[in-house]
Amino acid sequence: MRLELRGITKTFGSVAANSAIDLTVEPGEIHCLLGENGAGKSTLMNILYGLLTPDSGEIVVDGEAREFRSPRDAIAAGIGMVHQHFMLVPVFTVAENLMLGHEDARGGPLGWLDRRRAKAEVAEVSARYGLPVDPDALVEDLPVGVQQRVEIVKALMRDAQVLILDEPTAVLTPQETEELFTVMRGLKAAGKSVVFITHKLREVRAVADRITVIRRGTVVGQADPGASARELASLMVGRDVRLVVEKEPRRPGEVALAVRGLSVTDDRGCLAVDDVSFDLHAGEVLGIAGVQGNGQTELVEAITGLRPAQGSAELHGQQLIGASPGKVLRMGLGHVPEDRRHDGLVPDFSIAENLVLDAAGQAPYGSALMLDLDAIAKNGADRLAEFDIRAESARTPAAALSGGNQQKVVVARALHRDPRLLIASQPTRGVDVGAMEFIHKRIIEQRDAGKPVLIVSTELDEITALSDRIAVMYRGRIVAVVPPDTSNEELGLLMAGSDPEDAAAAAESGAADVEAVDAVEADSADAVPGPRAASDEEASAEESSETADE
Amino acid sequence: MSNRLKRILVGIASANTVTVTVLAFVLAVVIGGILMILSDQQLLHEWGYVTSVPGDAFKDSWHKVADGYVAMFHGAIYDPSAKQAARPIENTIVNATPLVFAGLAVAVPFRAGLFNIGGQSQLIIGAVCATWVGFTFSLPLPLHVLLVIVAGMVGGGLVGGLIGLLKARFGAHEVISSIMLNNIALGVLAWLISTKAFHDPKRQDAISKPVKDSALLPHIHGSSPEINLSTLLAIVAVVAVWWLMSRSTLGFRLRAVGSNPDAAHTAGISVTRTQVYAMLIAGALMGLVAVTQVSGTLSASHAMTNTLDNGIGFTGITVALLGRGKPVGVALAALLFGALNAGGRVMEASTQPTVPHDVVTVLQAIIVVFVAAPLLVQEIFRLRDVRRDGSGAAPSVAPATAVDSAVEPVL
Amino acid sequence: MAVATIAAPAALAAPETDTRRYTAAAAQIAMGLVALFAFGLGSRTAHGADTTFGLTLLSKSGTHVPDWVFPARPAVVALALVCVLAGIARLAGRLSRTWRLASTSLVLFCFTFAFMAWSAADPKGGERLIIPSLLNSMVVAAVPLVLGALGGVVGERSGVVNVAIEGQLLFGGFMTALVGSATKNLFIGVVAGTLAGALMGLLLAVLAIRYLIEQVVLGVVLNLLALGVTGFLYKSLMQTNQSSYNSVTQFGTVRIPGLASIWVVGPVLFDQPLIIYLTVALVVLVHLGLFRTRWGLRTRAVGEHPAAADTVGIKVLRLRYGNVMLGGAFAGLGGAWLVGNVGNFTESMTNGKGFIALAAVIFGRWSPFGALAAAALFGFTDALANQTSSLQLPIPSDLLSTLPYVATLFAVAGLIGRVRAPAADGKPYVKG
Repeated sequence: MRLELRGITKTFGSVAANSAIDLTVEPGEIHCLLGENGAGKSTLMNILYGLLTPDSGEIVVDGEAREFRSPRDAIAAGIGMVHQHFMLVPVFTVAENLMLGHEDARGGPLGWLDRRRAKAEVAEVSARYGLPVDPDALVEDLPVGVQQRVEIVKALMRDAQVLILDEPTAVLTPQETEELFTVMRGLKAAGKSVVFITHKLREVRAVADRITVIRRGTVVGQADPGASARELASLMVGRDVRLVVEKEPRRPGEVALAVRGLSVTDDRGCLAVDDVSFDLHAGEVLGIAGVQGNGQTELVEAITGLRPAQGSAELHGQQLIGASPGKVLRMGLGHVPEDRRHDGLVPDFSIAENLVLDAAGQAPYGSALMLDLDAIAKNGADRLAEFDIRAESARTPAAALSGGNQQKVVVARALHRDPRLLIASQPTRGVDVGAMEFIHKRIIEQRDAGKPVLIVSTELDEITALSDRIAVMYRGRIVAVVPPDTSNEELGLLMAGSDPEDAAAAAESGAADVEAVDAVEADSADAVPGPRAASDEEASAEESSETADE
Repeated sequence: MSNRLKRILVGIASANTVTVTVLAFVLAVVIGGILMILSDQQLLHEWGYVTSVPGDAFKDSWHKVADGYVAMFHGAIYDPSAKQAARPIENTIVNATPLVFAGLAVAVPFRAGLFNIGGQSQLIIGAVCATWVGFTFSLPLPLHVLLVIVAGMVGGGLVGGLIGLLKARFGAHEVISSIMLNNIALGVLAWLISTKAFHDPKRQDAISKPVKDSALLPHIHGSSPEINLSTLLAIVAVVAVWWLMSRSTLGFRLRAVGSNPDAAHTAGISVTRTQVYAMLIAGALMGLVAVTQVSGTLSASHAMTNTLDNGIGFTGITVALLGRGKPVGVALAALLFGALNAGGRVMEASTQPTVPHDVVTVLQAIIVVFVAAPLLVQEIFRLRDVRRDGSGAAPSVAPATAVDSAVEPVL
Repeated sequence: MAVATIAAPAALAAPETDTRRYTAAAAQIAMGLVALFAFGLGSRTAHGADTTFGLTLLSKSGTHVPDWVFPARPAVVALALVCVLAGIARLAGRLSRTWRLASTSLVLFCFTFAFMAWSAADPKGGERLIIPSLLNSMVVAAVPLVLGALGGVVGERSGVVNVAIEGQLLFGGFMTALVGSATKNLFIGVVAGTLAGALMGLLLAVLAIRYLIEQVVLGVVLNLLALGVTGFLYKSLMQTNQSSYNSVTQFGTVRIPGLASIWVVGPVLFDQPLIIYLTVALVVLVHLGLFRTRWGLRTRAVGEHPAAADTVGIKVLRLRYGNVMLGGAFAGLGGAWLVGNVGNFTESMTNGKGFIALAAVIFGRWSPFGALAAAALFGFTDALANQTSSLQLPIPSDLLSTLPYVATLFAVAGLIGRVRAPAADGKPYVKG
C-alpha cells in the first residue's frame, strides 16, 4: 500500500502543530519520522489515524484521496498504530483487548462473544509474524515490551498495511529495542510499511530505509540512513548542536550524600530499587543513566521522601529515609521532579506562587500562619528576570507557559533555595535547545559552587555532557560506575545489563558500529524475543551487580 | 458606534462570569414560569382550546406567572403595601445567613479538591452538641452563647474531620463516606430525640428539649424575623475564609492541593493533612449552620427535630457552585438563594391557586446547572466564546481547557 | 467463572495480608463475644425464655405453617460459639479466597440469627418474629435499591458516575403515578415512569458528556431538580386532585404454581408482582450482557480506557449516552415500583433510597450480582429494624437501621477489602 500525505495543516489555537506537511510512505519500507519533542510528529500521526481532523490537506491511499473521520476509517484503509501510551485496557486479557472493536465478525445477533475463536485468531497472527503473546494473560500483568507486542498484534489482526509506531523505544531496553527492530524488518519483508517515529538518531540510522525530518510542524528535509548523526541532528534542531557543556574539571570535596543498602518497592509492590549504595561528593555531578523504568524514579522518590524505603541515605550525616518530603526539603534539598506537569507545577497558580511552592510558610515568604505576598511577588519578578522566563509577568498562571518556560520555573525554584543537595530528574525533558543549554549551565554552576548534584536522565547525551561520574542502573541495581568519557556504546550495553568488563571489551573491539551490535544480537538470540534472551540478561545482571555496589 | 461602546457590548455579549450568571437566572425564571403554567389545571384547560380562543390562555398564563414572581419579589426585596418596608429584606437576610455558612462549608473543601456532600451529617452532629450544651448548662448569657457556638463548631468539625481522616488514612472516597455518614447521623438523631437525655418530656412528638434562653443568639435588628448574631458571624466567616484562602499559608496549601496534589506533595506539602484541615474547617462551618438552626431565628422551637437539617447541607453545594467557590461569591449566592427562599414562602401564602414554595428549589437547581455549564448558556444565547476573545475570565466551574474540544456531534 | 474474575478487583485475588487476617479474625471473635454476652447470656434470654419464629406470611393465602419455638439461651450461645470458633480458625492459618468468603458468611449468618433469636425471646412466650414477613419486607425494600443500583452499574461501567439515582427514582415514581392515574392504567404508568427515568438519564448524559459538568456535582443538582419539580407538581396538581392525578391500582401478584408452595420462602419469592421477577431477570441479563457480549466488552472498555476504545473505532460518547439512559430507565422502573407498591406518590418518597443504591453499586463492586447482594443486605437490615421495632429491644431500631451505612463506610475505608472503580469512572472523554 502506498500512502501519501499532501499539505497537511493543523493548528491548535494560534499554534500551528503541522503546516503543509507532505509525506509519502512506499510499500515495504521503514520510514522514519525524526523530530524533537513537540515538533508535531504525533499530531501528524493522529491525523493519519483519524483521531484528529486536519484543517487542510489530504490523505491519499494508493492514489485515492480518503477522509478519515475516526480511527474506524483509518483501520478500514489498512492503517494501524501503536501509540506511545499503549491503547490497551489494563484489566482486560490480551484476547479481550485484541477482539475489542472488531468482535462483530464472531458475534451473533445478540453480540455474544466468541472467545475461543478470538484466541485462535490471536494464535494464528502471532505465529505468522513471530510475535508470541499469551491470550489469557491480563494486560496489566505484562511487562511493557510484551504490551507493545500485543499492540502490534492488534494492528496486524486488523490487516494493517501501514503500521505507525509512535516513539516505541522510549520504554524499551536497548535489547528490547533490537528485538523490535527485528520485528520491524520482518514486517517489511512481509510487504508491510512501517512509519517509525522517534527523536533518537542512533535508532533512525539503525533501521530506517528513508528518513523525513520534521521541525516546528514542517518537513525540513529528507535524508537516507547513511547520513551522519551530526547532519541529522542539525536538521532536527535547526542549527549545529553542541552537546558538550563547557565546564571546569571537577574538584570533588568530601562525601555529601551517602546512600547505603537502599531498597524501594514500586506502586505494585515489586522491588524497584534493590540494595543500592553510592556516594555523592560535594562539587560533583553524578549522573544516573538507564532505560526508563529501571528504578531511577523510585530511587529519587526514596531520597526525596516521596516514597517509603529501606536502607539509609544520609545528607551530611542527616538521615533522609523516613523523613517526610517537607522535612527533606527543609534539610536543604533542591528537587527538579521528573515530570514537571505532573509533579512540578500547580497549573492554576501564578509563576510567583509556583516559585515558592516548596517554601510557603517559611521565611522570607511568610510565617506558618500567613503569607508575605510582597516577598512572594518580588521573588517572582526577580526569578523571572534571572532565569529568563518568558511571560507577561510573574502573575501569569503556570499553565499558560510553554514547556521550556515551565521547566525553567521548576529549575529556578530548586536552585534558588541555595540547596545543600540538588537532585534533577530529566532536567531538560521536552525543552528546546536554547533552554536546555541554559539549564545545563545553571546546573554546572551549582557544582562549581561546591554542591553535590544528582542528575537522572534517560538521554545518554545529557548524562555524558553533565556528569563527572556516571552510575548505570539496570533492574533496580547500579551495575557500574564509569567516567563520563565512556563511549555511548559501552553505556548502552551496560544499560542493557551486560557485565561491565564485557561491555567495555565489546565496545572497544569495534562494536561501535551499530550494525555490528545487531549482528551480535542476531547470533545470541536468533529468533526474536525468546525467554532465553531474558534469562541471559538476568544472569548477567546478577553477576554484575556484585561488582557494582562498591 | 464608538469603539468604547462596542467594547462594552462585546464584553456583555461574551460568556463572562457575570453574563452567564444573569442569563442562567433568566433561563431559570422562564422554566419556572412554564412549570407554574403546567401546574395550573385551569390554565391547562385553556391551553387545550388555545387555537380557538388564544387570548385566554396567553393572558391568564401571563397573569399566573407574573403574580407568582411579583409575590416572590414582594416577599424578598420590597413590598410597597407592607407596613414595614424593610421586612422583606430582613427576611432575605435571615434566610441567607445559614446558606452563607453552608456555602462556605462546601467552598473551602472544594478549593482543596474535596467535595463536601456530608453537610447534613456535620450539621446534625453540630446541632446535637450545640443543643445539649444549650439545654444542659445554666450560664450567663454571653458565655452560654459562646459555648453553644463552640460546641456546634466542634461537633460539626469532628464529623468533617472524620470524613477527611477516612480519606487521608484509608483512601475512602469522601462522597461515599459522606453519604453514609449523613444516613448514620439521621439515625443517631432520630434515636437521640427519643431518649430520656434529649427528648422533651412536655411533648408527645419527636423533639428535643429546647435550649435555654441564655443560649439564644442575641438579637441585633428587626422584630420578627429578627436578625441576630449569626448574621454578624456570617460576615466574619466570609472575611475569615477570604483571608484563609488568599492570605494564609494554610490557604496556599489548600489551593495547591486542590489544583495539583502531586505537585503539592512533591513540594513538601502534606496532602492528607491539608485535606483533613479543609474538612475540619468545613465541618465547623456546618456546625455554625446548626447553631443558627437551634439557637437562632428560623426554628421557633429552638430544639432539634428529625427535619432539622432542612436540606441546607445540599443547598450549600448549590450556593458554593453559584459563588464559584469564592467567599464573596458565596455570600452573594447565599443572598440570592435567601431571597428566593423568603420570596417563595410569601408567594406560597399569597397566590391563589397556590404556587408551592418548591418552585424555588427548581429555580436554584436550574440556575446552578446553567452556571456549571457555561457552554450551554453560550449556545442558547449564541454568545461569543470568551476564551477566543480573551476579554474576560472564563467561568471556573467547568474545566476550561476541555470545553472547546467538547463541541462535537454526539447524538 | 473465568469472566467474573476479570471484573473483580485484583486485590481480592491476592493472598490475604497478615494485618487483614488479624483484623478479620478479631472482628469475628468480637462478634461472637457480643453475641455470647449481650444476647446469649443477657437478661432477655434468661429464665428459660423461648424464641418464637412465626413461619406463616399473614398477608398472603397459603398453607399455615406452625410457629417454630425453641429455647433461646442454648441456641444463641451455640451460634455465638460458632462465631468465636470461626474467628479462631481464621487466626490459625491462611485461608483461600473461597474459605475466607465462607468464614465471613458463616459468622454473619450466625450473628444475625443469634440476634434474631435473642430479639424474639420472651419468657412469657408473647413476642415473636415472623420470618416470612421479615423476608417479604426485605424483598419489597430491596427492589428499588437493586434497580437503582443496576442503573448505577450500567452507567459507571461505561465511565459516567450516577449520583442522580435518587432523582431518577423520584421522577420515575412521579410519572408513574401521574400517567398511571390519568390513563387509569398502571401498566402505561410503569412504562411512563421507566421512560421518565431514561429522560433523567439523558439529561445527566447531555450535561455530563457534552457540557462536561463535574458528574458528582451534577448528580446532586439533578436530585435537587427532581425533588423541586416533583414536589412542586405534587403540591399544585396531585394534592388538589388526588383521584385523577395520583391514584393508581397496586401491583397484583403473580403466583408461580409449584414454587410458590415451597415451605416458608415460597410465598415470599414466588408469589410477588411481576416487577420483582423482572428485576431478578434484569440482574441476570445485565450480568450476561456485561461479561459475555460485545456490548459489555465495549462498555467496560469505555469505562476503563476510553481512548483505547476510541482507537479501535468504538464510538465512546454514543455508548455512554446509551448506557446512562438505560441506567436511568432501570432507576425509573424502581421508582415505578415504589408507587405501584402503595398505589400513590408522596413528596420525596424515595427518602434517600437512591443514595443507598449508590452505596450498593460500590459495595457490590460495580457488578450486577454484587449490587443485588448489597441491596438485599440493605433491605434485610431495613426490614429487621422495622420488624423488631415493636419488640421492645434494648437496641433502638433507629440505630439498627444505620447498620448498612456503617458497613458501607467500613467497606469504602478498605477494612472489608478495597474496591476499585472503573478507571475512567467520572472522567469525561475529550478527544485529542
